[in-house]
Amino acid sequence: MAKASAKKSEKPVEELSYEEALAELEGIVESLEDGQSQLEESMKLFERGQALVTHCGALLESAQLKVQKLAGESLVAFEEESE
Amino acid sequence: MKKDETSDFDPGHSPFILDPSSFPFHPSTFIPFKLSSHPMQPTLFSSIHLTVSQLTFRIRKLLEGDLEMQDVWVEGEISNLSRPASGHVYFTLKDKNASLRCVMWKTDAARLRINLQDGMAIEAHGKITVYEPQGQYQLAVNIIQPRGEGALYQEFLRLKAMLESEGLFDVERKRPIPQLPNKIGIVTSQTGAALRDMLNTLRRRLPLAQVLLAPSPVQGVDAPPALVKALQLLNHQLPDVILLARGGGSIEDLWAFNDERVVRAVAESKAPIICGVGHETDFTLCDFSADLRAPTPTAAAELATQTTVDDLSTQLTHHAARITDLTLNLLAEQKALISSVTARLKYVSPERRIQSEYQHLDELSRRAFSALTHRIQLQTSTVNGMSKRLQSLNPEGVLSRGYAIITRKDDGAVVSKVSQAHGEMNVRVSDGEFEVISKT
Repeated sequence: MAKASAKKSEKPVEELSYEEALAELEGIVESLEDGQSQLEESMKLFERGQALVTHCGALLESAQLKVQKLAGESLVAFEEESE
Repeated sequence: MKKDETSDFDPGHSPFILDPSSFPFHPSTFIPFKLSSHPMQPTLFSSIHLTVSQLTFRIRKLLEGDLEMQDVWVEGEISNLSRPASGHVYFTLKDKNASLRCVMWKTDAARLRINLQDGMAIEAHGKITVYEPQGQYQLAVNIIQPRGEGALYQEFLRLKAMLESEGLFDVERKRPIPQLPNKIGIVTSQTGAALRDMLNTLRRRLPLAQVLLAPSPVQGVDAPPALVKALQLLNHQLPDVILLARGGGSIEDLWAFNDERVVRAVAESKAPIICGVGHETDFTLCDFSADLRAPTPTAAAELATQTTVDDLSTQLTHHAARITDLTLNLLAEQKALISSVTARLKYVSPERRIQSEYQHLDELSRRAFSALTHRIQLQTSTVNGMSKRLQSLNPEGVLSRGYAIITRKDDGAVVSKVSQAHGEMNVRVSDGEFEVISKT
């Protein structure tokens, strides 16, 4: 698990989707729970975890439902009628 | 019965049984009046007399004993609708030529799913009963549906049974709805309130989601093929879940969702489908072939977002606290470990050894010092002895016995012969020197 998250963490936090970030965060929690990592590695995991928490929080704060309409096989933005 | 009017009915109250064919058998010879010209006149000597109650009871027995009358569908228009506080519903069913009093008891009325109105064309199911105090027969209604629904309902049942036997509705076919969908597909009318309701619900509960709308008409003859096409196109986009929805309407309005093509397309969808058509009481075959049935479009959107943004926030806070705790614990553990190792290190440290070495060294140095001192003392006394002996050999020792040493001042040579004496000279005696001048 620690190895898996270490591998994933090569991607900058800002580029992760919520699902990716959350999955990685869960991996980090598990690694830290395992307590198998070296101290230095653990501190790195913690820092990465904090960055992920911040990123996820920002995504939750700013999330806006994205609605697209299917036009044949392609997608176009869907304008809702104003109420 | 027709031949013996004296048996069951009082002819005076049942004129219709006075069949003219019965007259030849009438004992008219005993009657002073000619009756045959007035067939509707009562016979004076009918052999049966009943009370009203008895007769009414007979009528009741007759009507309520007829099994066909106890399980009958009647169609007509509602009039004189009345809903008193008792909760029972009273109305009259009419067509062009006749009317029928109807009552729907409270418990059956509670299950009504349409709003009855005067003039409404309905099909009512019930049984004929007789209300003796009023001498009225009436239909005790237990089911009411809009007229025309009966045929549709039969078709619904036929199709349902067929698809059910194919296993299309089997529980094993149902796929789980994802807890946290990313892509949510919607198949519904682009203009309906259903879409607005669903989007509002999704926006409120899970704004992280991406919505893919495949618009389709949801009623009329074009609806079924369009719905099928929309489901297929949407599946190409690999959504995590699909909402198939339509707002409330009459059963005819909802009929597209009972179309075999649509029902099959729902079952064949790769993405799990939540079906939310009509209101809570409406059931369509798509509800059965879908992976999950929702009572309304809004409920469908809610079921698709079992994890909401609030849940995610809570989860995130929990994770953040967890990694902080775990890391602080880890650091505390490490600190404790260091303390324990330090203690152990002290115990096994060479410090003690070094101290004892120091002690040893001190002792050695003390011993060395005392040995040295001793040697020095020895040496000193030897030197002193030697010095004394040397003293005795010192030529200057002679001076103390009265001898003197004379040296010439100019060249420092010792004067041991007279011939050597001239000029200024130093005379050295035991306690000092003095100068002399030679006269020679």
